[in-house]
Amino acid sequence: MKTTETPAPVPAESGVPVAKVDIPAAGHGRQKKQGNVLNAFSHGFLILWAFMVVMPLLWAVMTSFKDDRSIFSSPWALPDKLHFDNWSRAWTQANMSDYFLNTILVVGGSLIGTLVLGSMAAYVLARFDFPGNRFIYYLFIGGMSFPIMLALVPLFYVVNNMGLLNTIHGLILVYIAYSLPFTVFFLTAFFRTLPSSVAEAAFVDGASHTRTFFQIMLPMAKPGLISVGIFNFLGQWNQYMLPTVLNTDPDKRVLTQGLVQLAVSQGYKGDWSGLFAGLVMAMLPVLAAYIVFQRQVVAGLTAGALK
Amino acid sequence: MQHGKYRFIVGFLAVPLGLYALFVIWPFIQSIYYSFTDWTGLSPEFKMVGFDNYKRMFDDEIFWKSLQHSLLFALLLPVVTISLALFFAFMINVGGRRRKGGPVISGVRGSGFYKIVYFFPQVLSIAIVALLFQFAYNPDSGAINSILRGIGLDSVQPLWLGDPGLALWAVMAVLVWSTVGFFVVLFSAGMASIPADLYEAALLDGASRFTTFFRITLPLLWDTVQSGWVYMGILALGAESFAVVQIMTVGPGGPDYSTTVMVLYVYQKAFRDGQAAYATTIGVALLVVTLAFAAVVMRLGRRERLEF
Repeated sequence: MKTTETPAPVPAESGVPVAKVDIPAAGHGRQKKQGNVLNAFSHGFLILWAFMVVMPLLWAVMTSFKDDRSIFSSPWALPDKLHFDNWSRAWTQANMSDYFLNTILVVGGSLIGTLVLGSMAAYVLARFDFPGNRFIYYLFIGGMSFPIMLALVPLFYVVNNMGLLNTIHGLILVYIAYSLPFTVFFLTAFFRTLPSSVAEAAFVDGASHTRTFFQIMLPMAKPGLISVGIFNFLGQWNQYMLPTVLNTDPDKRVLTQGLVQLAVSQGYKGDWSGLFAGLVMAMLPVLAAYIVFQRQVVAGLTAGALK
Repeated sequence: MQHGKYRFIVGFLAVPLGLYALFVIWPFIQSIYYSFTDWTGLSPEFKMVGFDNYKRMFDDEIFWKSLQHSLLFALLLPVVTISLALFFAFMINVGGRRRKGGPVISGVRGSGFYKIVYFFPQVLSIAIVALLFQFAYNPDSGAINSILRGIGLDSVQPLWLGDPGLALWAVMAVLVWSTVGFFVVLFSAGMASIPADLYEAALLDGASRFTTFFRITLPLLWDTVQSGWVYMGILALGAESFAVVQIMTVGPGGPDYSTTVMVLYVYQKAFRDGQAAYATTIGVALLVVTLAFAAVVMRLGRRERLEF
């Protein structure tokens, strides 16, 4: 597709009618009727799927407000009263507050690192000709299709030998390294589309390469940085495999890990309502952020696959 | 632009490339090397054993099971997910009833709403989704069986994740649930860039929606479908299947290894059983499967590029 050459964000409201022209209706009676049946049929399916997506989420929210007894006896009944104590129990006793804090630290650090390092590498690869340029580019790109688990076995020992196992900064470095392939891929394409005249003018005026990059090119690349930033934010916030392997200290657990661990331990304690409260607590901020920044999130997540 | 060029290039590439080489490339190379040793992972000593690990792998029944399941994930999941997503995306964008005075091609009413809702699972962590469905599948108190009881199907109370014949399908259904929305949105964006006059021409020729879909929409969307397929397959072989199988199924790996997948087997061998070298061997097999999968899909899907 031609559109794939420009990394500009995908039009978010793509459901809008594509044509404004009206042509005389070709519909005869038979066709119209067939259309109506099809319409009801397809609409039915669309509603059904919307229902299937929303129901499990609503069920979780509902369950998080119930007491343990009614969770088991009547899973679909509304809570008899809103048990907010489930939420406070999850937040304090089940360490959800620590998991949130750890996740924010790890994701904050790795997101900034990924964007800075990723854009530096992408800029050089997109704008400068030097021997080995293609090789380095494909080295980065190749990382997207390799099964990460294969690398994780030795990586565990690499990280351990460096004394970075079970540390927040160790996890940040690993997150950055594994986010680079897509980031470099995406931003290289983006930097290629930016006009070179501005950078050249700055250079003629005596700005160094470094200054040109930080003061001229980076601000110009802002739309691309936002898209890839959202992509990485969600990927890193939701990351499960990397911390499961590299972060085994109970105090350093991130959200996803903490919840899974909670589910295992609640099997013995039987505090299901607290666990559901924890689950919903972890779900809601992301869903809320998605609804607010809907257009940017969709553009950020689909932009990569469209290329 | 030549002044200080190389110093700048090196300065900008050194850190990202160094980090990437140390944490990604180097472990990959080590992995392949370790697969020819008897390294346990617990002690630093090991010796070369040639192809022993590979021989062992070919005799390992659980490995074959995990390979089978992984292949099923990589082939069936994208087909089901992408077909469903194409159907929904077509209905949302093109399937609408013609309204008087409206455009020729229009989406159904509420198309924006559907796209927002369908995308929900995509922003949630697969770990959270897996946990949620683990409870929903609970045979006694889970949401699904209690719906079945509610509509009078008291006799149909599957064990879901506890049933060796059903567990794998139950796990796959969760992955379909969580990824369809992404593809609906992705394909919608692609469909929006198909020029409307193509649809108009088809409509004037009296083409049904069915024909329109297969003759216009699908061919013009093919590039997107193909890259989506590879993307989904890689996820289904790797991180996503690890999370759902490890979190949801008993064992983990399911009753009688009925849900074990390659990526989980690598993890268990390395970090549970202290057989790091054997784990990397299975990992190499997983690498081969992943690359072969991507190559086959790209090859099979090669068509003339349509410009419009």
